[in-house]
Amino acid sequence: MNWKTFLAILARDAHVARRNIVALLFQTFLQPLMFVFIFGRVMVGSGYLPPSYKSLLLPGIMAICMVGTGIWAVAMPLIAEFQFTHEIEDRLLAPMEISWLAVEKVVAGTLQSLAAGLMVIPAAWLLLRPGVDLRIPHPLLFAAVAVLVALFSATGGLALGCSMEQTHIGLMFSLIVAPMIFFGCTYYPWSALEHFPLMQKAVLVNPLVYASEGLRGTMVPQFPHLSMLAVVAALLFFNAFLLVTGLRKFYGKAVS
Amino acid sequence: MVAGIRTVELRKVYTSAPPAAAGGGGFSFRAPKAKGKQPKPQIRALDGISLEIHPGEIFCLLGPNGAGKSTTVGILTTRVRPTSGQAFIGEYDVWLNQVSVKRLIGVVAQRPNLDFNLTAREILTFHGAYFGLPHHERMRRAEALLERFKLTDRADQMVRGFSGGMMQRLSIARAMMHDPQVLFLDEPSAGLDPQTRLLLWEIVREYNQTGKTILLTTHNMEEADALCQRLAIIDHGRVIALGTPRELKASVPGGFLLRLRFGRHSAEFLERLQKLSGVREVRASDGVGADVYADRGGSLVPEVAHLASTSGVELHDVHISEPSLENLFLHHTGRSLRE
Repeated sequence: MNWKTFLAILARDAHVARRNIVALLFQTFLQPLMFVFIFGRVMVGSGYLPPSYKSLLLPGIMAICMVGTGIWAVAMPLIAEFQFTHEIEDRLLAPMEISWLAVEKVVAGTLQSLAAGLMVIPAAWLLLRPGVDLRIPHPLLFAAVAVLVALFSATGGLALGCSMEQTHIGLMFSLIVAPMIFFGCTYYPWSALEHFPLMQKAVLVNPLVYASEGLRGTMVPQFPHLSMLAVVAALLFFNAFLLVTGLRKFYGKAVS
Repeated sequence: MVAGIRTVELRKVYTSAPPAAAGGGGFSFRAPKAKGKQPKPQIRALDGISLEIHPGEIFCLLGPNGAGKSTTVGILTTRVRPTSGQAFIGEYDVWLNQVSVKRLIGVVAQRPNLDFNLTAREILTFHGAYFGLPHHERMRRAEALLERFKLTDRADQMVRGFSGGMMQRLSIARAMMHDPQVLFLDEPSAGLDPQTRLLLWEIVREYNQTGKTILLTTHNMEEADALCQRLAIIDHGRVIALGTPRELKASVPGGFLLRLRFGRHSAEFLERLQKLSGVREVRASDGVGADVYADRGGSLVPEVAHLASTSGVELHDVHISEPSLENLFLHHTGRSLRE
């Protein structure tokens, strides 16, 4: 493995991200933070939602930000760079096994997703306070879950980015990402679905459920949440599955 | 280390759409949406290409669109998997030692594939970084290449707004950035103005003089003639002629080609045409045309005209070409390169 090449390509991605930082920040945070403001501040402040909803909402918003950022950061450049212009060619010809380029994309996406997750906590806290009751009793477990969620977003981005054509980007968001968010236990805990037993079982195929429940379980464990063992096992499974699928598809796209 | 290129019986059959540059003249192929099982579409791009390109040589692959030039380059640069056969850069099998091969080669694709998120200078310096060049060295080389390719005044602009010619120059500069032993140029002068083309030729020759091997593909006869020490003419995925431009041109019977068109000709007339002094070969294309390969060009015309008028055949058109690779291609394939 050629680490010099790997790190140079990572540095290139960091450079491009720095260059687009303003757009990136708006794209990542604007919508989730508006949601936080309306539901956490306005709806709670006017009495339509109980005050505890603030604490319940925060981990879900963090999950949305992380997953959105990772998928976007990996899938969009991949879709664009494999297009007609084939911008990725330069990096495919760098002296490194081709699959490591896909791994590099996953690492870059994971880092961006983690950064987004860590930045949204203070931002949302500022918008919501007072009344947010963040506990994080096991910081290490929280860190591990955050890393697994970030990895999920990046491997998901790799698999999606290598399966989609540019013309299908709109479909990707309306058919895959949007339902994933709404049925991902982001705005409500999984236990809230007990009145909809069929749906409660069906949403378990959605990896975002484990991401938001995992963050909920480690940040605000006072609310009901899925068992941490199930969360970690499911995220590990989805990460491995998406990574293998993504690598295979990436290779198929890169070599004719 | 000076590296040559060798291919042994390379074959490539695409079972999905070939990459854009290797797809021929802008055709795209999409399989019909099948309900049941249907055999995958098969496009045979290479049909047993064996070549030996010496270290330090400028070698040309000449052929029409879709002949297999880009696929050959694709295989030699690790980007296309050969269906069968082997390819070597220096001592390395390209498919089995991809990383070692990638260190030895620089590639200029048929269409500029620059990294649009970077400035011209960054494209060069990051490329240098991918190849492990130290910071100081990549800055120095980038500066020198920008200067050489007349891009210094746009060096710190994003390349998105560059003209086609500027992008092409930057692609070539990028391919030279890590000082590769073997340089691949896939139709490098397509879309360049004559002045830039001359600059390109000068740079290619200069690079070759430092002992580097250069493989370039073209369908431009003039370019092959001006640049290459040896060339292979390929068509339908096969090598149909190989040698120096001089040897190849000499291999066309007579060297001169007269393309004649008549009102109507007969077998008897063609036989008499064949007997004119200096005529080596006569090929009738249809009822009205004939290609005459001969030792002389213009001086033959009055004799042809005389023969036609005495035979009652009306001569409509005469076109004389001097010894050229174009004639060679025509002689081997029966088709013009430009067709």
